[in-house]
Amino acid sequence: MATKASRSAARLMMAPAVILLLGWMLVPLTMTLWFSFRRYLPLRGGDQGWTGFDNYVRFVTSSAFWPAVQATLVIVGGVLIITVCLGVLLAILLDQPMWGQGIVRVLVIAPFFVMPTVSALVWKNMFMDPVNGLFAHVWRFFGAEPLSWLSEASMPSIILIVSWQWLPFATLILLTAIQSLDSEQLEAAEMDGAPKLKQFWFIILPHLSRAITIVILIQTIFLLSIFAEIFVTTGGAFGTRTLTYLIFQRVLESQNVGLGSAGGVYAIILANIVALFLMRIVGKNLDN
Amino acid sequence: MGRITLDKVTKSFGDVEVIPPLDLTIEDGEFTVFVGPSGCGKSTLLRLIAGLEDITSGQIRIDGNDATSVPPARRGLAMVFQSYALYPHMSVRKNIAFPLRMAKLDQAEIDRRVEGAASVLNLADYIDRKPGQLSGGQRQRVAIGRAIVREPAAFLFDEPLSNLDAALRVGMRLEISELHKRLETTMIYVTHDQVEAMTMADKIVVLRAGHIEQVGSPLELYRTPRNLFVAGFIGSPRMNLISGPEAEKHGCHTLGIRPEHIEVSAEGGPWSGVVGVSEHLGSDTFFHIHDTGLDETITVRADGEVGFSHGDRVSLTPREDVMHRFGADGLRMA
Repeated sequence: MATKASRSAARLMMAPAVILLLGWMLVPLTMTLWFSFRRYLPLRGGDQGWTGFDNYVRFVTSSAFWPAVQATLVIVGGVLIITVCLGVLLAILLDQPMWGQGIVRVLVIAPFFVMPTVSALVWKNMFMDPVNGLFAHVWRFFGAEPLSWLSEASMPSIILIVSWQWLPFATLILLTAIQSLDSEQLEAAEMDGAPKLKQFWFIILPHLSRAITIVILIQTIFLLSIFAEIFVTTGGAFGTRTLTYLIFQRVLESQNVGLGSAGGVYAIILANIVALFLMRIVGKNLDN
Repeated sequence: MGRITLDKVTKSFGDVEVIPPLDLTIEDGEFTVFVGPSGCGKSTLLRLIAGLEDITSGQIRIDGNDATSVPPARRGLAMVFQSYALYPHMSVRKNIAFPLRMAKLDQAEIDRRVEGAASVLNLADYIDRKPGQLSGGQRQRVAIGRAIVREPAAFLFDEPLSNLDAALRVGMRLEISELHKRLETTMIYVTHDQVEAMTMADKIVVLRAGHIEQVGSPLELYRTPRNLFVAGFIGSPRMNLISGPEAEKHGCHTLGIRPEHIEVSAEGGPWSGVVGVSEHLGSDTFFHIHDTGLDETITVRADGEVGFSHGDRVSLTPREDVMHRFGADGLRMA
């Protein structure tokens, strides 16, 4: 098969895909890099030439930078903790034989199919609205003062919304992992005198460790770039401005493309560090 | 001590009764084998004794104490599973120590017992490896090691050798028998392989569809099978079961004669037939004889050097003293 002719034919046929992908990735990346070194204010004089590392310095020294990094890490960390913990519990629950299992599983997975913008709107207006929201009604029913969630508890609210979206993903992956556990291992542990809780700790959790790492890896990459949930609910106010949102504000609200691009480059570097770090953990976990 | 008594034990899954009322006593120190075809309920019975399944009615007593509702961990039994069920993320040492850790023994005692088990089973060379790095036979040993450190009242084996290749199986069979001689602990062993049953057991329990067909020592089952099922199940190759006029001539409904109890010669016997397939095992040869006028193909075991070949006409002489006579109900006639 691997003749000279077939190899060049293969290259020719792969070319469209490769070129498309290269264009898709490289053009925006190059443009970001290009703009990050230029003073570019579309509404205030346009492209005004090279500025060296000025944009990079300004982005990091801005008073909004470190709070944004912190907000990003709190959201990512909070969502990861909630989805993994609840995901493990839900997976164990869904693994039990019960009536209507198929329907329950579909329902549990359903939030994942809702678009982030839509789910954020639903949460904001149907649940967290301080006047007409479901939570406000519950609070009032118990005689409490309704909370205006998105301003008074902005961070927990956003973590709640994003966790709700990502819980199905974690549950799904962990459920398939639990289903692959050999039931004889649990029986052996039971014979060996391990009560349910210890069976969970010594047998089920180690069995799930690989799936948990994969959930954390994939979710981190996606959670670093959440945007719609913040845009729709708080608009970056009340301490919910993440790095992604900060970049968006720099480019569109301050109309400073150069500064925003420098932020973008920082975000790329950050995401790569996280990815590298997680890849090594996963690699280590996949070894044994 | 490990005397296990089953008293009218039954088990149903929904409407399906897999174990009808069953009584059985396993004496202390006895090597008991449950044997039967697939789906006969032998594994279910073992799991009932282990406590992994609840019995529907009846009573299980271990050393005279009612264990019917005692959880598996406190019955003092250890089980070796068909898949070995080793914990893949723990080293061999931790696997073996796991039941001791769960029993909250102190570390010195745990180390002492693990070392003891490792030396008995020759595990020392790979005690710090993970199960994934071991061969089938080594995993089997680790599983047995995990069972013996608990010093249980009885061991339960659930088809432990069925995942091993033939040569290893023979070796492990010997090792388990030796282990039993040394520990003198009650062992219950489930298998569908009658060779394992015959070679290892003190007592064989032949099961069919949840019923006990016969209980006895291997030789008892071989010499005096109680019914047609046991007669056909125990012994290799299978006993020849002849019905029709030839059986009536011997005053029974079905006549059983083992292949090793028929002599094959060129002429002179009461039966004759044509040699079909001959299986040469070296030490023995199994001839399948057709056209004997007895409806069935007769299997005959002869010495390895007996040189009949396909198509030869031969004469058969059954030994009258070891014939088995069965009535129309399938039961042995006295």
